[in-house]
Amino acid sequence: MITPTHYMLLSAALFIIGVVGVMVRRNIIIIFMSIELILNAVNINLVTFSYQLHNLVGQVFAIFVIAVAAAEAAVGLGIILAFYRNKESVNIDEMNLMRW
Amino acid sequence: MIQFDMRYIWLIPLLPAIGAAINGLLGIRYFSRKMAGAIACTTMTLALGVSLYAFWQLLGLPNEARAFDVVVAQWIPSIPLATRGGIGMFQAPWGFRLDPLSGMMILVVTGIGTLIHVYSTAYMHDEPRAGVARFFCYLNLFCFFMLMLVLGNNFLVMFVGWEGVGLCSYLLIGYWYEKKSAADAGKKAFITNRIGDWGFVLGVFLIYSTFGTLDFRAVQNAAAMMPVETMHFGVLSFICLFLFVGATGKSAQIPLYVWLPDAMEGPTPVSALIHAATMVTAGVYMLGRNAVLFSHAPYVMTIVAFVGVLTALMAATIGLVQYDIKRVLAYSTVSQLGYMFTAMGVGAFSAGAFHLMTHAFFKALLFLGSGSVIHAMAGEQDMRKMGGLKKHLPVTFATMMIGTLAIAGIFPLAGFFSKDEILFRAFVANKAIWVLAVITAFMTAFYMYRLMSMTFFGGYHGPAWDADPHAHAGAHDDSHGHGPWHGPHESPTPMTFPLMALAVGAIVAGFVGIPAAIGGGNSIEKFLEPSFTAQEVRLKPDTSLQADLAEHEESHVSVNVERGLMVFSLAVAIIGILLARKFYVTSPEISDRLADQWAGPHRVLSNKYYVDEAYDATVISGTFGAGRGLWTFDRRVVDGVVNGSGWFTIVSAWFSGLADRTVVDGLVNLVGRICEEGSFWFRKLQTGLVQNYAMWMLAGIFAFVSIYLFMR
Repeated sequence: MITPTHYMLLSAALFIIGVVGVMVRRNIIIIFMSIELILNAVNINLVTFSYQLHNLVGQVFAIFVIAVAAAEAAVGLGIILAFYRNKESVNIDEMNLMRW
Repeated sequence: MIQFDMRYIWLIPLLPAIGAAINGLLGIRYFSRKMAGAIACTTMTLALGVSLYAFWQLLGLPNEARAFDVVVAQWIPSIPLATRGGIGMFQAPWGFRLDPLSGMMILVVTGIGTLIHVYSTAYMHDEPRAGVARFFCYLNLFCFFMLMLVLGNNFLVMFVGWEGVGLCSYLLIGYWYEKKSAADAGKKAFITNRIGDWGFVLGVFLIYSTFGTLDFRAVQNAAAMMPVETMHFGVLSFICLFLFVGATGKSAQIPLYVWLPDAMEGPTPVSALIHAATMVTAGVYMLGRNAVLFSHAPYVMTIVAFVGVLTALMAATIGLVQYDIKRVLAYSTVSQLGYMFTAMGVGAFSAGAFHLMTHAFFKALLFLGSGSVIHAMAGEQDMRKMGGLKKHLPVTFATMMIGTLAIAGIFPLAGFFSKDEILFRAFVANKAIWVLAVITAFMTAFYMYRLMSMTFFGGYHGPAWDADPHAHAGAHDDSHGHGPWHGPHESPTPMTFPLMALAVGAIVAGFVGIPAAIGGGNSIEKFLEPSFTAQEVRLKPDTSLQADLAEHEESHVSVNVERGLMVFSLAVAIIGILLARKFYVTSPEISDRLADQWAGPHRVLSNKYYVDEAYDATVISGTFGAGRGLWTFDRRVVDGVVNGSGWFTIVSAWFSGLADRTVVDGLVNLVGRICEEGSFWFRKLQTGLVQNYAMWMLAGIFAFVSIYLFMR
C-alpha cells in the first residue's frame, strides 16, 4: 500500500537531488534542469496533500506551478542562449560580470 | 506799431547764434575759409541791421518811455522758494529788455563786432581751413552770449550770457591750443573769472532772497523803496559787494585783473573784440544796470571808486615799461576799465557808460592796428624789434594815431569828452580819486605815445628782408601772407577798412556827450539817465534819490571850474605825449638812462609788481598745498580704513578656511574612510559565483527553518 509518506519521501528525494544539482554543477543547462526537479518535487507534495485532505486547491496550485515553470523555462533558455552567443560557453563560473 | 517792431529784438542775439551753429556744425568740416567768414559776417551784419532799426525805434519814443520788455518763452516755471519775507515764487523767463543802456550796448557789440569779423577774415587768412571755421564759430557764439548778457531783462538771462562770454573768451584765448602758453592763459582767464562768478552768483542769490524776484525792473523798483544805507552795511551793500566781486573778475579789476594781460595769447581780433571792446566791459554794464542798488550802498560805491582808480593807476604804471605791443594795450585796457569803475563809484553812471562806448571804439581800433602791425611784422610783437614803420604802414599809422590821441584825451576826439566827464565827476566827489585819475591820465598819454614812437617812429630794428621790389609787390596780391617774408607791408583792405571805420568812430563818438560847460547838450547823459533810475522814482520826483540829485545840483561847482579842469587835463595829456616824444623819438638815450637810474622800480614794474608771483606763492600754492594735504589724508586715513578692512577680511578668511579644512573636510573624509574600510570585508562576499550565493541562501533558509522548528 502506497501511503502519503511514500510520496513525501519521493518528493524529498527529488528536492535534494535538485538542490545538490544547482549547488555543484557548472553547466547552466544542468542547473536549469535541477531547478525543474525542485519545482516538480514541490508539485508532488501539493498533489499528495490535495488527495489526502480532499481539497482541490492543491491540484489547481500545482497546475499554476507547471504554467509558471513553463514560462520560466522559456525566459531562462532565452538568457542561456544570449549568454552562449556572447561567451561561446555555458559555464556558470564565467557569469561573474556583476561582481565587485 | 513801434512796439510791434520791437517785439523782434530777440533776433539780435539769435542771428549770431545761427551763424555759430552753421559754422560749428557744418563749417569745420565742409566750408572754405571764405565761406565760413562770409557766414559769420553776414549774421553779424544782419544783427547790426536789426539793432540799428530797434535803436532807431527806441529813439522815436519819448524819453521816459524808452524801455521795452519782450518775453520769448518761459524758462524756469514758478517754483515755491523761501525768501527773506516768506515763500516766494521763483521763476525766470527768457526775457529781453531794450532800454537806452542796452540799446547803446547792442550797437557797440554788433557794430564793433561786425567790423572785427570783417577784419578777421583777412587776419586769419593763413590759418588752416578748419581752424578758421572754428574761429568764426567761437566769435559768433561770443557775440550771441554778449548780446544775451546786455539784452537780458533778468539776472538769470544775464548770467547765461555772463558765463557764455567767459566760455568763449576761454575758447578764443586758447585758440592756438597747441601752444602751451595760450592754453595756460585760457585756463587762467577761465578760473579767475570763475572766482568772480562766484561773487556774482552769491549776489543773485541774495537778490532773490531779499526781493523775491530776479527781474531788473522789479528789483530796481523794490530797491528804490528801501532807505539809503549811509550809516550801516546792510543787505543792499552786501548785494552790491558781491556783484562787484563778479565785476572785478569779468572786467579785470584788482585783485582779479591778472588774467587779462595773459589773454593776449589769443588772436588779435579776439583781443580787440572780447578783451577790449565788449566782454571786459560787462562788469561796468552790470554795475550800470544795477545803478539803483549801488546808489543805495554808498560804502560799496566808495570801494568801487577806489578799486577802480587804483586799478587804473597800477595798470598804467605797468604799461609804462612793457615791450610787447599787445601787453601795453592790455594794461591800457585794464587801466581804462578802472576809469569806468571810478565813474560808477562816484555815481557818474552815464559817464562810465559813455566812456565804455568811446573806449570800445578807440581800444578796438588800437588793438586792430596792433594786429595790423603784427601781421606786417610776420608775428613779431616785441616793440624793440619794430620802429620806423610809418612809411610802410601809412593807413595803420594814421588810424592808430587817431586812436592814441583819442585815448590820451586830446580835444575833440572821443576820449576827451568821456574821460573829462569822469575826471570832473571824480573832482566833485573826492579829490584823492581825482588826483590819482589825473596821474593815470598823464601816464596813459605817455605810454600810448611811447607805443606809437617805438613802433612807427625812429629807425627800423627788426629783421632784414629780401628787398626785391617785384617779390614785395607780389606779396600784396592774393598770394598775400604766403611764402618768404618780404618786409613790413600795409594790410589788405578787409583789415584797413575796419581801422578807418573805427577811426571815424573814435573821432565822432564823443560828440554825443559834449558837456554843457562848453556849449554841448550832453545828450548821452539825458538819454541814458532812465536806465539808471527806478521807475517809481521817475514818476514821483520827490523821493530820496531825486532829493540827493537836487542837493548834488546845488553843490555843483561853477562852470568855470569845469572848464579849468578840462584845460588842465588836456594840458596833462599833451605833456605826457611830448615827454614820450622826447624820451623815445628825439633823444631815446634818456629813457635808457632813466631805466638804469631807477633800476629797482623799473624791475618791479617790468615784473608787474610781482603780483603773479605773489598769487603763485599764496593762493595757487595754497590751493595746491591744500589739495596735497587732502591727498595725504586720502592716502593715509581713507585708504588706511579701506586697506584695514581688506586686511581684516583676509585674516578672518584664513581662519574660516582653516576650520573648513579641518572640521568640515575631516567629517566628510571620516565618513568616506569608514565606508571604505568597512567595505573591504563585505565586498569579499560578492564573489560573482551564482552557486556561492545559492549556497548562502540555502544556509539561511536552513537556519531560519531550524529556528522555526526547534525554538518554538
